[in-house]
Amino acid sequence: MVGIVSYGVYIPRWRIKTEEIAKVWDQDADRFKEGLLVEEKSVPSLDEDTVTLAVEAARNALNRSPEVNAKEIGALYVGSESHPYAVKPTATIVAEAIDATPSLTAADMEFACKAGTAGLQACMGLVKAEYVKYGMAIGADTAQAQPSDALEYTAAAGAAAYIIGRDSVIADIEGTYSTTQDVPDFWRREGEGYPQHGGRFTGEPAYFTQVVNCTRGLMERLGTKPKDYDYAVFHQPNGKFPLRAAQILGFDKEKVMPGLIVTKIGNTYSGASLLGLASVLDQAKQGDRILVTSYGSGAGSDSFSIVVTNLIEEKRDLAPSTEFYINRKEYIDYAHYSKFKRQLRGFVN
Amino acid sequence: MTMYGVPSHWRRYKERYRLSGTRCETCGNIYFPPRKVCPHCRREGKPVSMNFSGKGKVYTFSVIRVPSEGFEAYAPYVIGLIQLEEGPKVTTQIVDCSPEEVYIDMPVEVCFRKLREQGKEGIICYGFKFKPTTDAILKK
Repeated sequence: MVGIVSYGVYIPRWRIKTEEIAKVWDQDADRFKEGLLVEEKSVPSLDEDTVTLAVEAARNALNRSPEVNAKEIGALYVGSESHPYAVKPTATIVAEAIDATPSLTAADMEFACKAGTAGLQACMGLVKAEYVKYGMAIGADTAQAQPSDALEYTAAAGAAAYIIGRDSVIADIEGTYSTTQDVPDFWRREGEGYPQHGGRFTGEPAYFTQVVNCTRGLMERLGTKPKDYDYAVFHQPNGKFPLRAAQILGFDKEKVMPGLIVTKIGNTYSGASLLGLASVLDQAKQGDRILVTSYGSGAGSDSFSIVVTNLIEEKRDLAPSTEFYINRKEYIDYAHYSKFKRQLRGFVN
Repeated sequence: MTMYGVPSHWRRYKERYRLSGTRCETCGNIYFPPRKVCPHCRREGKPVSMNFSGKGKVYTFSVIRVPSEGFEAYAPYVIGLIQLEEGPKVTTQIVDCSPEEVYIDMPVEVCFRKLREQGKEGIICYGFKFKPTTDAILKK
């Protein structure tokens, strides 16, 4: 069966608190903290972008699977909505940095916050068809938000990389299912610096419709029920949406909390559901069943049903955990945040 | 900004992206950056490519407060000479820590960062920098 051979994550070191952002715009921090359930978010350094985040996560995934030779990776996909180049694939730079070149196919994926899981499905297909031995799918983003927009409280940075294969898997993927519809809930036009969103429109007709229908669709096809799962990970643009989705679907809150890391690092967009899954894999036991549903604005969802194998114990500690990166932090004020995000006028480099 | 140095950056991918150096199979000496000829063995030398572990210690360092063009926003930043586990010394920026936190013999490991951008239109040059090791952070 096709499964996860390894995984690796990366979260930048810098954090800004919700209070610090609210202070600048004279907004009520408590209202945002209660509304979004986000205490602070990660911020990339001046010399970090989606490429560097993806490389760090990919290297952690390789460190966690010593049996995988990078040259055996036959497909590499990087999902992001913040690729540094408009034309020049992020995946080429990542492949070169991990020494997987030249015998592989590589491409950048785009589907708002679910481009990483789209890459995961592409890898599953290629591995299952035996076109490649291993595939690597990465979700990575350094999310942009218009200053003073509500998105500024959550738009964060992080990456997660997954190696998909048939042998030595730490988790079997027993099924995947997707839904896609044309929903204008969130977009960014070519050349624009920041995305636009449909405000409240992003909830019911967008996130909840896709996440709930996709998850139900997967469970119907597999004949599973919420009680069959030990953990559930939903895309986490904030802390409230995944908890509400879990409630609608009938998953206990306790099954969602281990993968709910948005409260500490913000919304890492393409990295979000994959980082949540990594957080669960950091603590799951053999036989545990995990449900993962991503969400990408535009809109669509990918659901996966995953069963952990005994190899998890052997590989888990070969690379830093998600918790390590969450706790490795240094706070910055809004002035430094503006500098790191290159928001200052006349900024030269 | 003109797009100078695109080929020269491309030629150095192995060393910049993967911290790859050279080992001479004749005398066992290890070099970074990579060499085509072993300066010790000359024509008897057999230089082969070698990837380093990426772990090392700070041999010495300097804090840059008056930066070169293109690095203004990074100042103050730390430039260090890193003694790699395998022996060679590497000049690099030390990141993910403040200048006050760096000390001689500090254990460090390689990371992948932007080295510089050739303006808004040019290429982005990526490569290695060094940061405090995971173990050092866990002990802190």
